[in-house]
Amino acid sequence: MRLMRAGFLRYATYRQAVVAGLVTNTVFGFLRTAIVLTVFAGSARVAGYDPASAITFVWVGQGLLAVVMIFGDGELAARVRTGQISADLLRPVDLQAALLAEDLGRAGFAMLTRFAVPVVIGGLAFKLALPTSPGRYLVFAAGVVLAVVVSFGLRFLLNLTAFWLLDSRGVLSIYAVVAPLLAGLIIPVPYFPGWAASVLSATPFPSMVQTPTDLLLGRGDAGWLLASQLLWLVLLLGAGRLVLARAVRRLVVQGG
Amino acid sequence: MAERPGLEAYCRLLGGAVRSQLAYPASFGLQLVGQALAQGVDLLAILVLFGRVAAMGGFSRDEVLLIYGLASVGFGLADLAVGQLDQLPDLIRSGQLDAMLLRPLSVLGQLCAADLALRRLGRVVAGAVTLGYALLAVEITWTPARVALVIVSPLSAAVILGAIWVAAASVCFWVVDGRELANSVTYGSNEFTSYPITIFSDWVRRLLAFIVPGAFVAYYPVLGLLGKPDPLGLPAVLRWCAPLAAVTAATLVWRTGLRRYVGTGS
Repeated sequence: MRLMRAGFLRYATYRQAVVAGLVTNTVFGFLRTAIVLTVFAGSARVAGYDPASAITFVWVGQGLLAVVMIFGDGELAARVRTGQISADLLRPVDLQAALLAEDLGRAGFAMLTRFAVPVVIGGLAFKLALPTSPGRYLVFAAGVVLAVVVSFGLRFLLNLTAFWLLDSRGVLSIYAVVAPLLAGLIIPVPYFPGWAASVLSATPFPSMVQTPTDLLLGRGDAGWLLASQLLWLVLLLGAGRLVLARAVRRLVVQGG
Repeated sequence: MAERPGLEAYCRLLGGAVRSQLAYPASFGLQLVGQALAQGVDLLAILVLFGRVAAMGGFSRDEVLLIYGLASVGFGLADLAVGQLDQLPDLIRSGQLDAMLLRPLSVLGQLCAADLALRRLGRVVAGAVTLGYALLAVEITWTPARVALVIVSPLSAAVILGAIWVAAASVCFWVVDGRELANSVTYGSNEFTSYPITIFSDWVRRLLAFIVPGAFVAYYPVLGLLGKPDPLGLPAVLRWCAPLAAVTAATLVWRTGLRRYVGTGS
């Protein structure tokens, strides 16, 4: 709990960075709205979206991208490279659990700022298809929490590659460009050709952006969607623990 | 001052930058692929969208790919030349910029040469491949003027985007952590210039096509190549002035910012 608070406060300190990030998210929100709307030139409904729900998809996605850190982060990898990881491992708390708590705090702050503002701006500029039932928002909130943990699970695994590669920037930069597309941030997953959409559904990526927005827009069965997120969460966190255990065993701190 | 350090100093800076990047070949290779993928992701997005529609803003798939390819090569070259300005906020915060100011070389030149990021060639290559495909796929009645246009366009695109980049990075002289602010203009321009400007709403277009001169990067050159009339009816002379105007404006903004710079005071 304390770590969660620390994560929240740490990101709350950098106000200018928040504003700058918001400007970027908003500019891209307008660009992506125009791009996603091009498919409605011929028909009023494409892959189950009408223009209002497609616009909602774009702005909710622009809000979520910072919450789930869709571009990844390299903090843990940097600590491995510099050797500071040895100090982290000596602390009497579980490394994965501690980082997860901090990340949830960070995500909470991002939800209040990086999520709320773009969605409000999108709502002022366009007519969004927001649900009226409060239940839908609760389900969405649960989906966002699960999305953050799934994203954490992925990022944790990626960062652990630093134990083997030392410089995992290459891996991280590939993730940064691929993840947004696979998660459905750039174009909704259902826009993809049928086979590609099914392949994507069998990966953890849609759990981060596509699934939460589906929950908000009421697409598909909520119980099933949440269950799929939960499944990925368990698999990824489990894999993270296994890999960390292996990594620690072969850990040689640079410089003696 | 015995001798004016010039070209040789820049070459040394460049050489150092290149050597340091090749020190971790595996990671460098991955980063190269990452950059090509970054450009490829947008390409995929365009292809997915055209799986759903036949035309976008009055342009067919291959015509949009032509716009996209041209914009990508331009952005890749601009990124290669001046993308290092992304680091300006760090240099300002850590005071390293002060050291650069003391050296008898232009600050902009030092910044660009010392940290030249070769991995960005990945973007240029990805863009060039798309551009090549699109040039073969669309029907162009080739005239000498159009051949010249194909050769000049990627360069002028790079000049315009590079100028936008320099101007945007200069924001950091006023706003301490302005990197993301600058990104919204630079990467935003990359996204914007990759599509026909006709798909965007009026005010987005006014802002990003003409105030930030994004329309001149790829859209107008492609209109010229295809012989399409301009739906917005802009005088043709203006098209040729765009790179010049962009560079002039960017130089002014950069100089003003640098003159205003007083250090972070720590």
